Amino acid sequence: MIHSETARLTTAGSLRHRLRHGLVRAGATLAIGLALALGLPGAQVQAATPPDTLVMAHYIDDVTSFDPAESFELATGEILNNVYLRLTVPDPDDFTKILGGAAESWTISEDGLTYTFTMRPGVKFHTGRPLTAHDAAFSLQRVVKLAKSPVFILNALGWTPENVDRMVVAKDDATLVLTMSEPFAPSYVLNSLSSSVGAVVDRTEAMAHETDGDFGNGWLKTNTAGSGAYRLVTWRPKEAVVLEANPDFYMGAPKMKRVIIRHVPEPTAQRLLLEKGDVDIARRLGTEQLKGIAGNPDLKVETEPKATIYYLAMNQKVPALTEPKVREAIRRAIDYQGIATNLLEGLYRPHQSILGAGSFAALDDLPYVRDVEKAKALMVEAGHPDGLDLTIDVSGTAPYRDIAQALQANLADIGIRLKIVTADTRQVLTKYRARGHELLLMYWSPDYGDPNSTVDYFARNPDNSDAGTAKTIAWRNAWKNDALGEMARAAVLERDDAKRVGIYHDIQRRLREEGPVAVMFQQTEPTAMRKPVEGWISGPAFDTYIYWRITK
Amino acid sequence: MRAAPAGLRMVRVTAGFVAGLAVTLLGLIVVTFLIGRVVPIDPALVVAGDRASPEAYAAARTALGLDLPLHEQLAVYVWNVLNGDLGRSTMTGLTVAEDVARVFPATIELAVAGTLIGVGLGVPLGVLAAARAGRLADHVVRAVALVGYSVPVFWLGLVGLLVFYARLGWVAGPGRLDVAWAYTIPEVTGFVLIDTVLAGEPEAMVDALRHLILPASILGYFSMAYVARMTRSLMIGELSQDYVVAARAKGVPEARILWRHAFRNISVPLVTVIALTFAHLLEGAVLTETVFAWPGIGLYITQALFAADMNAVLGGTLAVGLGFVLINRAADLIHRRLDARMRQEVRA
Repeated sequence: MIHSETARLTTAGSLRHRLRHGLVRAGATLAIGLALALGLPGAQVQAATPPDTLVMAHYIDDVTSFDPAESFELATGEILNNVYLRLTVPDPDDFTKILGGAAESWTISEDGLTYTFTMRPGVKFHTGRPLTAHDAAFSLQRVVKLAKSPVFILNALGWTPENVDRMVVAKDDATLVLTMSEPFAPSYVLNSLSSSVGAVVDRTEAMAHETDGDFGNGWLKTNTAGSGAYRLVTWRPKEAVVLEANPDFYMGAPKMKRVIIRHVPEPTAQRLLLEKGDVDIARRLGTEQLKGIAGNPDLKVETEPKATIYYLAMNQKVPALTEPKVREAIRRAIDYQGIATNLLEGLYRPHQSILGAGSFAALDDLPYVRDVEKAKALMVEAGHPDGLDLTIDVSGTAPYRDIAQALQANLADIGIRLKIVTADTRQVLTKYRARGHELLLMYWSPDYGDPNSTVDYFARNPDNSDAGTAKTIAWRNAWKNDALGEMARAAVLERDDAKRVGIYHDIQRRLREEGPVAVMFQQTEPTAMRKPVEGWISGPAFDTYIYWRITK
Repeated sequence: MRAAPAGLRMVRVTAGFVAGLAVTLLGLIVVTFLIGRVVPIDPALVVAGDRASPEAYAAARTALGLDLPLHEQLAVYVWNVLNGDLGRSTMTGLTVAEDVARVFPATIELAVAGTLIGVGLGVPLGVLAAARAGRLADHVVRAVALVGYSVPVFWLGLVGLLVFYARLGWVAGPGRLDVAWAYTIPEVTGFVLIDTVLAGEPEAMVDALRHLILPASILGYFSMAYVARMTRSLMIGELSQDYVVAARAKGVPEARILWRHAFRNISVPLVTVIALTFAHLLEGAVLTETVFAWPGIGLYITQALFAADMNAVLGGTLAVGLGFVLINRAADLIHRRLDARMRQEVRA
């Protein structure tokens, strides 16, 4: 075995050579580096991001999976929207309208049960493979069969692991046929398909990485196989996400060749990075930081309304809160405008209906204004002349803490003594889901662009027992109103848009008068950026951010 | 009594160390595990999401093993750890081993730099204060140290950023490297200073130093405060000993008394002090890591706890615990080397 012996010797020799070479290089680097470091102590660090790279300071603490069939977190939702093309997409210039995405056009059968989509020709995955109806069918079936968090959106169309292969069919490369269990409103179906579960995954790539029948889920947690404007190149948990532009994107190659999203948990640090030009966009500035950069000529702030609302939940397991007059007294004691102006300083605006202003079928009037005398009278009429003692559960973060303190003062004026219980957001949520609260502050953000996402969750409560499995907001507050549940049902089956809006307006009015929640504020999201940045679009939902139009 | 042969003694010492380590780590696992179960956060909820269907929620509970009784969950975990499996983090989707391998070097890098600064300044200042006890130098050192252990590190970090990064531009901002380098330098060791050197990028190394210097100085200031205070009190105790008085009477130069006699005698307890400060920095300077967007183990464990991500909390705690034990062990070995009496004991 002389031959292999020689080979081993040669390998050892080259290894030693490589090692020595490496050490020499490392030594040289160290020497030069130290020399540079010592030579430059007072020099200005001239920070600027590369011209073709967008750098964003964000909060990406919640990224756990990049699989669109599984992920349902805020940061991931936003990233996936830019990495995967969905069957349909909201119009970036008017988010109440729906456009074709991976599907270019569609027809709906007379009975409203069959949707036939024609796929957009020429769309390619990041792998270079053409995107076909087979990929689209696979992606939808995969979501239903994997049955992870966001599957409920497709389950609502009547699709189950048992029937989805029949309900979702690719006729040929260009034609996708979807069958619904009921004749739903088209806007509802098309909006559902524009959410993350409508993302089209490269079937060949996903199945190449399949293990134990997981449809590539294990691999897609940390990798992507999409056809969106960007592809994921680096992910370092709680540190950064790096995206690279897709030159073949169907709307044209994005101007920003790279998008780097850095996890910067401290808002003051975000502000400093933005001011120094180390980032182009800062996403999590608070009131203090926004005030601090107000006069800076290099920076600007763009504020957009979000569909996210903040509400006060009133548990109907608490006898006093079941009295309509007590709930009305609470609604009339709150100083909506004062809290928004003085405490929340432009980050939230007063809003009193469950659908945020700017969304389809929203109600933007404000029937409740603070009226202490009236509220006090209601308390007396309800049989509580001496007031009440109640607890309120809140997350310890902004804006909850501030709102809770203001509510404490507002409600004290009508004799309600509020005890504030502060905890971590997830802790508050766990208690809410166990119906263990009295009052509680929470936010709501719709899962897809259609009003049904919100209305269904606030109105429906099929089983009000503690064993009830549909943990909707109505259930969490032990509130059952079958009439409203039926109205919500009727709305989702109403194919005339004008009539549909009418039903949703009725539901919203009744909910805010009779319901167990008092909607108080709607979020407006400020995004601070360097002056040259243009084309920033955040949209109303948690995942409607669009990067491909950005220039700087 | 006859001394055991050297080899056997070595085996006995090592076995004792390993047994102690095992008991410590097991205790750590049990306590951390129980704390994790007391936290009123539903781990399945974090995984499945608030709006998951009942089936998806139930599947998440089963996948996490939450349907098993508590003692079985613990037994499964310990068994997996013994097989080298720390489990998967629900927070990052990666294995905890991968996560810890990524975040721990960042903390160690920061802790080492912080300790070097803290000891490098704290020891001479402590000796100086002791030598000039009650005089101006002493008062200055004590005042500086007082600020060090009474000002919140979080605040100091932000002020440091504001002054040295935003105003003066002497150092780089939050993060470990500028974006120009951050995602091009291959991660070999996880220590940015070493990785940039290995990549042959002197400018990147300078950049890494610029990023490291401020958080390390802030941490260094805190350990300096502690080290200086302890050094001062140890030295004052030593300088009041009779042999010092005798040496002074004999006309031995003051510097020699300070460094050759007194300092040498306090070096043993000082090693403990230094080991403690280092260990303290290792367990994670959570707030510093938050301010400086430094992806270290302290931040990792804290966030994991709030996400009820028990595998990550347990794995991270184990890593820190192991670090603690090893540092203590190292301090013991250094004691032996420094203290002639302990060498005697071991030999006897």
